[in-house]
Amino acid sequence: MNAPTNLALTNKDFESGVEVRWCPGCGDYAVLKAVQRLLPMTGLPKERHVFVSGIGCSSRFPYYMSTYGFHTIHGRAPAVATGVKLSNPDLAVWVITGDGDGLSIGGNHMLHALRRNVDLNILLFNNAIYGLTKGQASPTSAPGTRTPSTPEGSIDAPVRPAAFALGAGARFIARAVDTQQATLIDVLHRAHDHKGASFVEIFQNCIVYNDGVYASFTDKDVAPDRQVWLEHGKPMRYGKDNDKGLRLNPRTFRLEPVILGQDGVTEADLMVHDETNDTLAHMLAMLEGPDVPVPLGVLYCAPTPSYDSTVAAQQAAAPRRRDLNSLLRKGKTWVVQ
Amino acid sequence: MPSSALAAATATEALDRVTVRFAGDSGDGMQLTGSIFTESTALASHDLSTFPDYPAEIRAPTGTTYGVSAYQINFGAQGVLTAGDAPDLLVVMNPAALMVNVAALKAGATIILDSDAFGTRAIERAGYTTDPRADNSLAPFTVVDLPITSLTQQAAQPLGLSKREAQRCKNVWTLGLVLWMFDRDRAPIIEALRTKFRKAPEIAEANVAVLNAGHAYGETAEIPALRRLPVTRSLPAPGLYRTVTGAEATALGLVAGAELTGLDMFLGTYPITPASPMLHHLARLRDWGVTTFQAEDEIAAVCAAIGASYAGKLGVTTSSGPGIALKTEALGLAISAELPLVVVNAQRGGPSTGLPTKTEQSDLFQAVMGRNGDAPIPVIAARSPSDSFDAAIEAVKIAVRHMTPVFLLIDGYIGNASEPWHLPDMDTYERAPVAFRRPDDGTGAFDRDPESLGRQWTLPGTPGLEYRIGGLEKDFSTGAVSYDSANHQRMTDLRSGKMDAIARALPPQEVCEGPTSGKLAVVAWGSTYGPVHRAVVEANRMGRAVAHIHLRHIAPFAPNLTDLLAGFDTVLVPEMNTGQLALLLQAHTLRKVERLNKVTGQPFKIAEISAAIESALES
Repeated sequence: MNAPTNLALTNKDFESGVEVRWCPGCGDYAVLKAVQRLLPMTGLPKERHVFVSGIGCSSRFPYYMSTYGFHTIHGRAPAVATGVKLSNPDLAVWVITGDGDGLSIGGNHMLHALRRNVDLNILLFNNAIYGLTKGQASPTSAPGTRTPSTPEGSIDAPVRPAAFALGAGARFIARAVDTQQATLIDVLHRAHDHKGASFVEIFQNCIVYNDGVYASFTDKDVAPDRQVWLEHGKPMRYGKDNDKGLRLNPRTFRLEPVILGQDGVTEADLMVHDETNDTLAHMLAMLEGPDVPVPLGVLYCAPTPSYDSTVAAQQAAAPRRRDLNSLLRKGKTWVVQ
Repeated sequence: MPSSALAAATATEALDRVTVRFAGDSGDGMQLTGSIFTESTALASHDLSTFPDYPAEIRAPTGTTYGVSAYQINFGAQGVLTAGDAPDLLVVMNPAALMVNVAALKAGATIILDSDAFGTRAIERAGYTTDPRADNSLAPFTVVDLPITSLTQQAAQPLGLSKREAQRCKNVWTLGLVLWMFDRDRAPIIEALRTKFRKAPEIAEANVAVLNAGHAYGETAEIPALRRLPVTRSLPAPGLYRTVTGAEATALGLVAGAELTGLDMFLGTYPITPASPMLHHLARLRDWGVTTFQAEDEIAAVCAAIGASYAGKLGVTTSSGPGIALKTEALGLAISAELPLVVVNAQRGGPSTGLPTKTEQSDLFQAVMGRNGDAPIPVIAARSPSDSFDAAIEAVKIAVRHMTPVFLLIDGYIGNASEPWHLPDMDTYERAPVAFRRPDDGTGAFDRDPESLGRQWTLPGTPGLEYRIGGLEKDFSTGAVSYDSANHQRMTDLRSGKMDAIARALPPQEVCEGPTSGKLAVVAWGSTYGPVHRAVVEANRMGRAVAHIHLRHIAPFAPNLTDLLAGFDTVLVPEMNTGQLALLLQAHTLRKVERLNKVTGQPFKIAEISAAIESALES
């Protein structure tokens, strides 16, 4: 494939011009904007990006991009995308999915795309609800979520997407919030640059069926005290006054919130983020509760060779033969005179 | 019951056809014995047809009837076509194998059995109340009762094998004996054994010694029932030959189809009996531009193949009925997105898990109709192992010319059976290279060829041609999502019109044997070709004017089929299902057809077809 020539692209160049049909105020608009702002930064021309989606609100995403796009069937985007990537490794292949699409009907494909480490950028729009089918509980809905299908409140335990991805063997796991554009773009950029399966959980607000589900850590007034932005090699510090942090309690083997200056706590006591550490990644993925911040950013990044690069290397090592007569005549043959 | 060729043969008179069946426990190596004997048969210039008949269990409990594995081969002069109605020679390694197979034998057939395996417990385990060797029940047959296990041990133990290891060679001892009976050259078999056991030379040499011992036993034992039997070695058309199974021929045909259309091939698949051998063959053909992807499930397998087609490869998925069921939704996507895809179904007995290792033709409705919405897919069927090669090439060509998924139906019998294959010269095959849409050709992704109705194949990565596609209904011209009612009518008409376009490009349906009009036509499809053809040839030889019409194209039918069938008073449709083609034919031609249906998991016998022909002619 030719090297990119005209890279003077802007976000406008990635708009397809198709009228966007998400509900007014949907978090999907913000993610679409972030992706359209990111793509000019990737250095790839439009034709090198392919967006593959399943079924659901977020899966309409490809229609709104001016790149190549394939709106497939429910849950199967990782499988279709795997076929695309293996067939043309030069493409940047994005998977757009949701909590129902990617973790319920398509959970199996997500598991295997991650453990195979196919070089896909997987954006999981987690709104903890089924939107397009009008508001049923999803596999990430909090217990007790009242919906038309769970009038007495949902009773099943939710899946934790980041922990699921880690368990599946993902080598890149990140989190971001739909409306926090700068950090969302940062995370998407890292996901794009990572070779191998990149799993990004985006906390996305469904304004119609699950409005405010993440308000407890995304509302502007509480966000600084309820989010910790992870940076590799930096202490886990957060708070409106930057006075809070996470410390490893060696007795419980858990991360616990502390306040700098209290009980003699200094920055040196805080846990330093190491995105290559899978044990730490697991603690971060499991960290939840009213008293702890939600870790955002790159939780885990530990690259290994991607499946597609290994397949491509095997193909490159094999001589390309085209002589069908010799193919048919391999093995034992005999001549009748 | 016809008396056995073996019983009737004299030492000077060559037999036209002989059917041999090897049967034993599923761990006794019967499939290996059969396939090596097949290779020897081919090298001896016999025509042949085989039928591996094995249980679903990998190692069923020893000595049980349900654990019996068998391999049948029919060989002799040209025109064999089937694995034989009834064996002339049965080699059994235990009482259970005798119990299961004795009923199928011709009167006068020879049975070679291992007396060491006929202990009281083994006899009881097989379901006998008395020793069948002693109760006169084998009186219609010639029984050769040999201590095969002991004789094998005697031959193998001097080479340092343990008793247990030595016993495992008993199938090779019987192979040696049978090779002697049919006067075969041992050299290529010895070479094959040394190749198979190249990592364990001591096992290889022990097997060679055992093979020679079995052969020498035939030479020296002077048992009257053991005679050398000349079988007609008739030379087929001059040329280069090999043996091939349907699974391998299908794999090779797919690769050839890809090459002839200028594509690399991508196989997305998931292990399932009896389709897995296609994956095993293709996984070794990376040099020929094949990528194989063993997906996490059947759905991912077909979806990855669709993704590959979207990106410019020839997407292929292989499976059997239950797996095809899982792929159904994705097939609709391929239709909607107008992408090429070849779907191979190696049919097995159903419904549900059914009979994984037994053959059936009962997925025809599934292929023709089994999808939501008006979702037509062309369906073609191979009729024999080697025919799978050309059928696969045709499937590929239809898929890329018309930008559609295509079903290629084989079945467990075709997939596993082998026959000699007169190797074609690939330079004589027509090449039809795909022209992908180019940035400067002034076309759109949804412009369609007026004849084939195939849309412009537009590859991601091509500058300036970015487009979006999916399973939502799309505008006929622009491909944009469209819920417009008139447009949906137009798109539905387009999809069914594509079937008409495929039909227009088909060659006329021909009569492969017998008259082109008259009293009776036997219309069949798929692996019933062999028995139907033999039965019809025989009927014509006896002075009955009967036609054999064998369908490769089932959806769509060849345009002349209705007129062709109108020329016959009676149409008889034998099928290994409850009448699926019969129903399609009646719906298509608006004429009545007679049915002959068999769903025992076993192929038709020639005699069964012959009886149905006689009965149809009498009525």
